[in-house]
Parts: sequence; C-alpha cells; structure tokens
Amino acid sequence: MTAAIDVLLDASGIGKRFGGVQALKDVSLTIRRGEIYGLIGPNGAGKTTFFNVLTGLYQRDGGQISFDGKPLTLESPHTVAAAGIARTFQNIRLFGNMTAMENVMVGRHVKTHAGVFGAMLRTKSERAEEAGIRRRAEELLHYVGVADHANSLAREMSYGDQRRLEIARALATEPKLLALDEPAAGMNATETGALRTLIEGLRSDGLTVLLIEHDVKLVMGLCDRVAVLDYGQKICEDIPSVVRANPKVIEAYIGTANE
Amino acid sequence: MRTHLNLPSIKGNVLPMVLLAIALIALPFALALVGTAWVRITNFAVLFVLLSLGLNIVVGFAGLLDLGYVAFFAVGAYVYALLASPHFGIHLPFWIILPIGAFVACIAGAVLGAPTLKLRGDYLAIVTLGFGEIVRIFMNNMSNPINITNGPKGIAQIDPFQIGPIDFGKSDLLAGLNFSGPIKYYYFLMLALMLVVVINGRLKDSRIGRAWVAIREDEVAAKASGINTRNIKLLAFAMGASFGGLSGGMFAAIQGFVSPESFVLNESIMILAMVVLGGMGNIFGVIAGAVLLSFLPEILRYTVEPVQMAVFGHMWIDPEVLRMLIFGLALVLTMRYRPAGLWPESRHRREMTVVANK
Ligand SMILES: Nc1ncnc2c1ncn2[C@@H]1O[C@H](COP(=O)(O)OP(=O)(O)OP(=O)(O)O)[C@@H](O)[C@H]1O
Ligand SMILES: [Mg+2]
Repeated sequence: MTAAIDVLLDASGIGKRFGGVQALKDVSLTIRRGEIYGLIGPNGAGKTTFFNVLTGLYQRDGGQISFDGKPLTLESPHTVAAAGIARTFQNIRLFGNMTAMENVMVGRHVKTHAGVFGAMLRTKSERAEEAGIRRRAEELLHYVGVADHANSLAREMSYGDQRRLEIARALATEPKLLALDEPAAGMNATETGALRTLIEGLRSDGLTVLLIEHDVKLVMGLCDRVAVLDYGQKICEDIPSVVRANPKVIEAYIGTANE
Repeated sequence: MRTHLNLPSIKGNVLPMVLLAIALIALPFALALVGTAWVRITNFAVLFVLLSLGLNIVVGFAGLLDLGYVAFFAVGAYVYALLASPHFGIHLPFWIILPIGAFVACIAGAVLGAPTLKLRGDYLAIVTLGFGEIVRIFMNNMSNPINITNGPKGIAQIDPFQIGPIDFGKSDLLAGLNFSGPIKYYYFLMLALMLVVVINGRLKDSRIGRAWVAIREDEVAAKASGINTRNIKLLAFAMGASFGGLSGGMFAAIQGFVSPESFVLNESIMILAMVVLGGMGNIFGVIAGAVLLSFLPEILRYTVEPVQMAVFGHMWIDPEVLRMLIFGLALVLTMRYRPAGLWPESRHRREMTVVANK
C-alpha cells in the first residue's frame, strides 16, 4: 500500500554484529515522508545500533538503505548528514565548551561553504554567509525554546535544555529525516510535554521523524507507526494501537520487565 | 555581532592600544641601550610567539596534540636557506621565499596529518614526535650522495632580508637613530605578528574555526553534524604548519645560519609548553606564554652567574642547570594551580578548574 513516492527511507535486511552479539538481524523498515515513526524495544534490543548504522557511524554487515530515492552505500557520517539525515544521541553529545549559539552554528557547516581564505580575508561573501549562519542559529534556538541561553556554554545548561539544543543543532543541517534517540530520557512531565509539542510542530512543518523512546505514552500518542525491535530483530511494525495489542510485543516487554 | 573574537574591541580601548603601540615601537631602541643582544633575544621571542600561534591552531583549536611541530619550522628555515645562500648559488628575494616556505611546510603538514587522522591523544603525540625527528634526521643526512642540506654542518651565509635599498644585514642611520639589522627585523616581525594575530582571530571565529573546536569537543558529534573531520583536521595541520614554515624562513634570515641541531625535540616541547602555559586556545594567553618562556631563560642566563659570583664568590650551580630547574618547577606549579594556563580561554577555564578540584 505504500506508494513509492511516499517512502523517504527504505532499509532492508540490515545486519550488524559485535563479536558474539548480533545487535541487528535482517531488520527492514520503511519510513514514509511526513510521518513520525517510532522505534521501540527493550534495553539492548539494537535501537541505537540501528541509528549508528543509518548515520554511518558504524558500517553495516549487510543490507541496503535507500534514502529519498537514492541508495546510501558505505557512507561516512558527514555525507549522510549532507544527504539529509540528522540525529541526536541517547547520551547527549554537545560541544560542551561552545555556547548554545555556536553549537547550532556548527550544524550549519554542511549547508555553507566558506573556507580558510574566505575567513582570513573576511570576504564579502564570507561575512554574508556568516551573518546568515548566525541568523538561522538564532531562529532555531527560538524554535526549540532555548534562546535565553544562546550565550551559555552547552555543558552549563540544564538537561532538558541540552536535549533541545541537540535538536536545534540537528535541525540546522536542514534534514529531511530527524532521528531522535530517547529525547525524553531524564525529562520531567512538564519537559516531556513541551518536547511532545516540539515534535508535533516538526511534523506539521513537514519533517519526517524517527523516534526511539522508552516513554510508551509518548510513543503511542505521538507516532503514526511504530516498529518493535527485540534481540536485534523486528518483531512487529504497525499503528500504535495494533502494536500495543500484539502478544509478541507484550511478551518482549514483560519478559524483560521493562518500565 | 561576533561575540567570541578574542581580540580587544577597538572602541573604548584606544588609549591603552596607542600606548602599547608606542611602547612596542620604542622598545628596540630601549633594548639596544642595554645591549644589541637583547634586541636579538626579543626577535627570537617574537619568532616563538609566531610559532606558538601556529601550533595553537592545531593544539588549541582542533585539540590535536602535536609534538613534532618544530619540523615545519625546520622546513621553512631550510627552504629559505637553500633559496638564498651561496650553497646552491640561488639568491631569491625574501618576499618570494617566505610564501614558498609556508607552502612547502603546508604540504609537509598535510603529509604528516594524513596518516594520523585516526589517532588521538597519546598515539597522535608519539607519531608527530616521530615525524619531527624524521625531518631533523633527514636534514642531517641529505648531504649524500647529492649534497642538498649540507648535513650536520648546516648552511651558512644566508642572505638577510632586502627591501629596496634597505639591507637588513647592515645598520642605517636615520633621523639620528641607528637602525641596526636586528632592529629592522624587529619591526618586520612585529608586522608579521600583527598579521598572524588577526588571521588567528578571524580563523577562530569562522566556519572552519568552529569546525576545529567542534572536533576538539566531540569528534563523533562533529561528524554526525556534517563535518568532514578528515579534511578539517588536515586543514588544521596544514594551516598550523604554514605558520611554522613562515617563522622558519624568518629565523633562517635573522640567524644567517641553519643546521639540524636548531630543530630538536626540545624545541617542539618548548613551543607546546608556551601554548599550554599561556592558555590553550586563547590567542593572547598564547602570546603571553611564549613571551614569558622565551625571556625567562635569557633573564636567568644573565642574572644567575653574576649573582652567584657576588654572593658566593664562585659558581655553585651552572646557569643552564638552574634554568631547567626553574623552568620545570614553574610548569609543575602552573599545571597544579592553573591547569588551564595562566590566561586561559574563558570557556576552558571553568572546566579545567572543575577537573582539577575533583
Ligand atoms: N560499539 C559496540 N560494541 C559492542 N557491542 C555493542 C556496541 N554497541 C552496541 N552493542 C551491543 O549491541 C546490542 C544492542 O545495543 P543498542 O545500544 O543498540 O541497544 P538499544 O536498543 O539502544 O538499548 P537501550 O534501550 O538500552 O539504549 C547490545 O547488546 C549492546 O551491548
Ligand atoms: Mg539505545
């Protein structure tokens, strides 16, 4: 039923092994343009590994990925970012000794061009580009709601703000697909609510979101479709209400006493 | 508005800037009254400042520990020596050779950088250290079968700078002031320093500069944010190296003689110590560190002996030994009490204090 034109990401038969651990086994998933796609599963199921393979941080052992109609072959992370996939990290990875503003400005790297000579001579085009980078970064800080901390060092910001800042940095690359690895982890109810509003806003702005999340309420309420990984294998993929009722999913979760 | 340009803002700072400029312009004549040697010492100090600013790009901005930096200084110096001395009978003007030297050093920087791209920390330090030694040994042995570097004997009678009628090798009397060779070099070095400081500041606050710092902060996140870390690291090595090559060319001209023993590991360590002592990443901290470490040994050299002779009547401790002793002690104390350097970059300071207090 997926018309080819709707598919943004098509991963098929993805495998990844670490020594004796088969972290991903023959995982296939299809993400449609404009949807929020949830990826859930017990601890150690392979969710983060899937992100790392997708974004080129790890090389997959097998399988194909096609993104926006083009194949992603053995890519390096920066070409994946350039192709339009941006991500956040489960254990927040910001540039701690840079300001919030500078963190987001780094995200503009892939969409800008100035080199050393432009910078040394401070050419007209370099200055114009730099002003554009700064303007966009300011907008994004506002968008995610951390504009008050623009000049704070990233590592001095609160946990919730750091998570938002990481999203702003990812958005600065102008992605087609935003992959969020447990963005609500460690957030209180208010922060999670605000995050939910933020992600919904992203969808209504036309962005496609791939979301790893342990907060079942958030996933079920937010996602258009959900896939469940267990021991590196996809055991189910459907709309939230169907996934929730799937006996294999219930067993995977109860079996590992999650939550 | 650029908020993180580490240069003093011109507005509201005019008076101190003017006073500093006057002091710097008058300095060589004041020093010449004490002795021409002090002008020379100052010139070498400025050379070290230039070197430290170059290394600061690699170590301070991009966070890549480089223990072989003196190799690029050597490359620049030898390029100058070979193209402006009787050794090959080539006598090109300095303004052609300095860019060539910077360019050759830049290539050498990329050549060193390429195999080290996957290394970090200790491993990177060891490989760069090896590279520094290889370059020196190369210079030492390139006299056979074709005599290129003249081996350990080095290359002498290197041409001084010449700008029109002004010969940097001779003294000129102008408006009643004696412009000696070292004084002329001093002014040239000051111009070079200003240029390098401005370039450093601009680089730091640019797209490339932010990419360097991002790599220093978190290489994985930098990659995932779309930075081609391989190329950007190579660029840091190449940029740092070209500053080294530029300084090397000036060194060769000022000294009039180069030999491999000027480019030993100790010099690399000294330059690194200047960057770290002053405050990694902070341009003015680095300048301060370099000035301090270049002058301290000279001041000791000129004071230790007379003081001991006056107090004890004979020498107890050789000045050289005492120099290293004090130097080592100063570094240990600095690392203990001001681990981010004497004048750290503001963003480093807090982090380093926190780490130190744990
Ligand atoms: N770099 C690595 N080296 C070795 N093993 C790894 C590596 N990364 C992940 N693994 C292993 O792969 C499996 C899947 O890990 P992964 O981090 O993908 O799980 P996850 O679903 O993200 O779990 P969590 O919900 O705890 O974040 C685990 O057994 C893990 O130990
Ligand atoms: Mg995970």
